[in-house]
Amino acid sequence: MSGRFVRLAETQRQTFSITVDGIPRQAAEGDTLMVALLTSVKTLRDSEFGDGRRAGFCLMGACQDCWVWTSTGERVRACSTAAEPGMSIVTQLSEASAAYVAEVGIWPRA
Amino acid sequence: MAARVIVIGTGPAGVRAAEELVAAGLRPTVIDEGARDGGQIYRRQPAGFTRSYETLYGTEADRAASLHETFDALKGKIDYVPNTLVWNVTPGTLHLVSDEQYRTLDFDALIICSGATDRLMPVKGWQFAGTYSLGGAQVALKSQGCAIGARVAFMGTGPLLYLVAAQYVKAGANVVGVLDTSTFVQRLRALPKLLALPAALGKGIALTGILRRARVPVYRGVRPLEITGTPANGVSGLKVALQTGVPFELKCDAVGMGYHLRPETQLADLAGCEFIFDQAARQWLVQIDADGRSSVKGVYLAGDGARVRGANAAECTGRIAARAAMSDGGMKTLDTSALKAELARLTRFADGLREAFPWPSRQASLIPDDTIVCRCEAITAGELRRVVRDTGAREANRAKAFSRVGMGRCQGRYCAHAGAEVIAAHASVPLSEVGRLRGQAPVKPLPMALVEESDE
Repeated sequence: MSGRFVRLAETQRQTFSITVDGIPRQAAEGDTLMVALLTSVKTLRDSEFGDGRRAGFCLMGACQDCWVWTSTGERVRACSTAAEPGMSIVTQLSEASAAYVAEVGIWPRA
Repeated sequence: MAARVIVIGTGPAGVRAAEELVAAGLRPTVIDEGARDGGQIYRRQPAGFTRSYETLYGTEADRAASLHETFDALKGKIDYVPNTLVWNVTPGTLHLVSDEQYRTLDFDALIICSGATDRLMPVKGWQFAGTYSLGGAQVALKSQGCAIGARVAFMGTGPLLYLVAAQYVKAGANVVGVLDTSTFVQRLRALPKLLALPAALGKGIALTGILRRARVPVYRGVRPLEITGTPANGVSGLKVALQTGVPFELKCDAVGMGYHLRPETQLADLAGCEFIFDQAARQWLVQIDADGRSSVKGVYLAGDGARVRGANAAECTGRIAARAAMSDGGMKTLDTSALKAELARLTRFADGLREAFPWPSRQASLIPDDTIVCRCEAITAGELRRVVRDTGAREANRAKAFSRVGMGRCQGRYCAHAGAEVIAAHASVPLSEVGRLRGQAPVKPLPMALVEESDE
């Protein structure tokens, strides 16, 4: 699968590996997690409301449409998180984890 | 005055406010959500990136460099708190979170320089992956050296529409079209006000020259109809009605979309500041006086978070608000008349931009019922209209309670303006009567670990 974002500049940077849905992908030093993901894959997450895949919207931490999960179950906002070597990101929740999210809820309760 | 002065934000307003405070001998605390200073407009690229200021900021390179240099020089003289979200304001106290660490900071004077985000009008299909805000499209390029797609269309209106399109062209992106909802005639009518700043007007016209030379098609007076695509793969094209009424289709895999900007007013709201309805811009703004004083003692606003007038005005209002805070604290301050004269010209120009690129409020009554208004929870215009019809809800917060429009995790940032227009049009009441969504803490979702802890 090819990516969505197109690199136009700063293409001489060192690269490193991250894992996206179990598949190794290349990221570059200085990438946000969102850019590291969307230069490899086309989408970031499923809408919880059944309208399909999402790939973020505002890139400045305001819309919260770029949340992804690490394979250890931590939720991160991809646009404001730096990509780091060895990160393992899940963009497609398994049925079991989707059921967990539905039960526990993903909304801040504060 | 008491030393506890806090500035929120390190864009042009926040940096100039901090500079004024330091020059007067104070040591302010400067809190910023970002990892690096600059705000959105003068956002810095990550360490190790090599593009020049000219490449990154174009005609505003000197302004950007000056602001960054000023902030670098301030660093030892302020308490700089980056990577930190102010998630609530209670009387005299800010509530911060950073890296899942919670703390509070008390203030005697607070200067809020919270900036602005894109103002959005929904279009059918805008939830598809590959639709981004214009500001977001710019961040991708400026901060990360990326285009949002391989075939990019830009749609909406406002100076940012042409700026981002031209920046994409200069960076080598494939821009397949610029679709502007405002007309050439609207631009001509705004000309007398735009002539308040001939140099800025010239820079704007130069942007259209860049697009023309790159043979990017520009359509004015369009009515957006639909972003086409699929839930699985995202955007595949764009449909609009041209000014002549003729339908027009464009193939693209990404859309950058926005209708000028809206101030980020949540913190001022939580601080208890009064709001006023700005009929010309059709939006609620925090009430401030000529020096940026809000209705709450000790709380000041500057920059686009107060009034969207652009970066140069933000530098002026940052300085003015800092001087107001010091003057109210009993300090002798410099005269602001020169700053205010410059601000008057910048304000006239900003008024001209608003008239040249008006918020297309009438679109709200035309969007089909199956169009998603709230992207967070995929709530349609039809559902919002049903709530207005069935419950008689006319007021924004009441309609939100029944429809959930504005209740999602962006907290209405991207749907509230359009949602209010949909309610007003469907209920046939003036927009001002719909009111505005009340700010809620936390202003953004908190890290999960923190939420777990606060439950215990």
